[in-house]
Amino acid sequence: MKRQEGSKGTLGEPSRGGRLMRLRGLVRKEFLQILRDPSSIAIAFVMPVVLLLLFGYGLSLDAEHVPLAVVVEEPSAETASFIGSFQQSRYFELVPLSNMRQAEQALREHRVKGIIYLRENFARQRRSIGAAPVQIILNGVDANTARLVQGYVNGAWEKWLELEARSNGVPLTIPVQVSERVWFNSELRSQDYLVPGLIAVIMTLIGALLTAMVMAREWERGTMEALLVTPVAIQEVLLGKLVPYFVLGMGGLILSVGTAVGLFAIPLRGSVIVLFAASSLFLLAALGMGLLISIVAKNQFVAGQIAIIVTFLPAFILSGFIFDIGSMPWPIQMITHLIPARYLVAILQTVFLAGNVPSVIWPNGAALLLMAILFLSLGRWKSHKRLE
Amino acid sequence: MWQRVAALIVKEFLALLKDPKSRFVIVIPPMIQLLVFGYAATYDLNDIPYAVYNEDPGAEGRELLAGFRLSPHFREIAHLSHDADIAPLIDKREALLVVHVGPRFSRDLATAQSASVQVIVDGRNSNTALLALGYVRSIVHRFNDQWAARHGQPKPPAQLEMRAWFNPNLESRWFIVPGIVALLTLVVTMLVTALSVAREREQGTFDQLLVTPFRPAEILLGKALPGFIIGIGEATVIVLLAIFWFKVPLWGSLLTLYTGITLFLVSAIGVGLMISSLAVTQQQGLLGAFFFLVPAIILSGFATPIANMPSFIQKITLVNPMRYFMEILRGVFLEGMPFLMLVDQFWPMAVIGGVNLTLAGWLFRRRLY
Repeated sequence: MKRQEGSKGTLGEPSRGGRLMRLRGLVRKEFLQILRDPSSIAIAFVMPVVLLLLFGYGLSLDAEHVPLAVVVEEPSAETASFIGSFQQSRYFELVPLSNMRQAEQALREHRVKGIIYLRENFARQRRSIGAAPVQIILNGVDANTARLVQGYVNGAWEKWLELEARSNGVPLTIPVQVSERVWFNSELRSQDYLVPGLIAVIMTLIGALLTAMVMAREWERGTMEALLVTPVAIQEVLLGKLVPYFVLGMGGLILSVGTAVGLFAIPLRGSVIVLFAASSLFLLAALGMGLLISIVAKNQFVAGQIAIIVTFLPAFILSGFIFDIGSMPWPIQMITHLIPARYLVAILQTVFLAGNVPSVIWPNGAALLLMAILFLSLGRWKSHKRLE
Repeated sequence: MWQRVAALIVKEFLALLKDPKSRFVIVIPPMIQLLVFGYAATYDLNDIPYAVYNEDPGAEGRELLAGFRLSPHFREIAHLSHDADIAPLIDKREALLVVHVGPRFSRDLATAQSASVQVIVDGRNSNTALLALGYVRSIVHRFNDQWAARHGQPKPPAQLEMRAWFNPNLESRWFIVPGIVALLTLVVTMLVTALSVAREREQGTFDQLLVTPFRPAEILLGKALPGFIIGIGEATVIVLLAIFWFKVPLWGSLLTLYTGITLFLVSAIGVGLMISSLAVTQQQGLLGAFFFLVPAIILSGFATPIANMPSFIQKITLVNPMRYFMEILRGVFLEGMPFLMLVDQFWPMAVIGGVNLTLAGWLFRRRLY
C-alpha cells in the first residue's frame, strides 16, 4: 500500500529534514487519495460555485410585484386616483375583484398577499369629513414580508397625498419629513449582504466536509494502525491531513469570491489581503472542526452524522448571515460566539460593503485565530498514537 | 414476508442505536437546536442601537427625539456633537442608525410648517436597515399627527387602516418555528438514511444482504421504516415543543398535519436512500446528503420567500419536497387550512417519494462494485 511512503528511510530520526520528508510523503498520499475519490474535489470546486449560483439568485428578501387584491365598492374619479398610485409602484401587482368575499377567498388561497378595500363611501367621506378610511388587510404569516409590504403601502399612500395636494393647488405640508441616507448599500439590495455571508456558510460546509471523514476513515479501514507503527508523529499525521485540504479549501474560496465579485457584482471595498487572511484563519478553524469530529467519532457513519448536525444549520441560523444577532436574546447571543462562521460573516460583510474597518476586522480576526487554535489543539489532544 | 422485514428493521435499529455516539446525535442535538434556533431565528428587531445628533436648540427637536427614546424598539447609545462622529460609530456597527436633527429644525417647522430630519442607516444588512427605517417612519408619523392636530392642520384625505390576518402582531417567530419543524425533520431523516446503504456497501455487508432471499422491495422497506419511525417520533416531539413551548397556535387539524408529515417523511427518506444507494463510499454519501440538504433548506421558503426568487429558481423549487412541507406546516399551524386545500401540496411529495424509493430499490441490485 502507498500509505507508508512517508516513513521510508527515516526510522527513528527526529531530525528536521526527516520530519519534512515524512510530511511530504503524507501530504502526497493524501493528495493521491483525493484524486482517487474525486468527491473531495467536487466538494472544494463544484460545491461553492453551484451553491453560490443557486443561492445568490435564490435568496432574496426584496419583495416585488406583490399581488394585492383591490376591492372598490363604488368606482369614482377619487378611487381611481388612489388606486393609480399603487398601480405605478413596481412593488405591487393589483388584482381587481368585485367584492370582499372573493378577495378574502383569494387571500385564504394564497392567490394574493393582501387586500386594498375602498368602501362605497370613500368619495363621500373624503369630501365631507376630509379623511376617508382605507382598509388594508395583509397575510401576516410571513411577518417579515408583511412588514416590508406595509412600508411599500405607506410609500404609495404618501405619493398619492403628494399628487392630490398638487392637483388641488395646495402645497402638501408634511410637518417632518425623513430624509434617509443608507450607507454601504444605498439601493438596499439584499443580495449585497446575503452573498458575502453565503461565502462564510459555504466555507463552513467545505471545511467540515473535507476533513470530517478523513481520520475516521483511517481508523475504520485499519490503515491508521499501519500509520501507527511507522515513526510518524501524530501531529505529522494531522498536519499531513490539514495541508492538502487547506489548499483545496482556499481554491474553493478563490472561486467563491470570484463568483461574488464577477457575477453578482458585489462591491469589494476592502482589501483582498484582509479578505484572504481572515478566510484562511476561518478555513483553519473549519478544517480543525472537521478533524476534531473525525477524531472523536472514530467511524465514518457517526462522523458524517455529527458533521450534518453541527455545521450547516448553526452556520445558517446563528452566524448573523441572515438573522440579526443583535436581536437575539442574550443567552442565544452567547451561543453564537461558539460558531466560527459568525466572525467571518462580520468580516466579510464589512470588507465587501464598507471597506477595511479595523475595529471590526481585528476583534473578529482574533476570535477566528483563537477558534482555529482551539479546534486544532483539541484535535491534537484527542488523538493518541495508540490502540484502544 | 413481514417477518423477514421485521427482522431487517430490528437489525437496522441495532445498527443505528448500538453506537452511543450515534444514538446521542440522532436524539439530543435536534431538540437543542429547536430551542436555540426558535429563539435565534427572528426578523423582529428590538433594541436597535441608535445615536442622536441634535443641533436644534428648540423644543420640537427634543419632542421628536423623545419618540425614539420611548419606543421599545430603539436603544439610545450616544449623543453626538460633530459630523465626524457619525462615521466611526456606524462603521464599527455600534449604532445601526444616527438620527440627525439639523440646527434649523424648530425654526423651519414654525415658519414653513415643514422640516426634515436626517436618518443615516447602516445598510450592510439591508433587511434590518429596511425594518429599522420602517420603525423610524412610524415614529415620525406619530409626531406629525400630533403636531398637525395641535396646529390645526387638515388631516390627510385618506387614512390607512392596516391589519394582518393569521398573525396580527406580525411576529416572525410564528413564521419561523413551524419552518424549523421541517428543517429538523429533514435533518433527522437524512442522518438516519443517507449513509445507511453506503456504509453497508463500504463494509461489504450489503453484498451479503443481496445474496440472501430478500427481495429488493423488502430490503428497501427494511431500510425505510426505521427512518420513518424515528422521523415521526421526533417530528411529534418538535411539534409539541412548537405548540407548548413557543406557543405557536395550531389552528388546523392534526390529521392534515400528520398527512403532511407522513408524506414528507416518505419523500425525504426516498431522497436519502437514493443518495445512499448511489454512493459507493460514505464520503460520497455525506457529500450527497449535503448537496441535497443545503439547497432543499435554502430554496424551501424557510428564510426567504419563494415568491422573491427569479422564475427559473422558482421552477427548480418544484422538485423540492421541503417547499411543499413548509406550505403545509404554516398553513395548518397559522391559517388552519383544511385538508382539501392542501391536496396540491400533498401529491407532489408523494410523487417525489415514490420515484426516489423506486430508483433506490432499483439501484440496490444494479450498482455493484
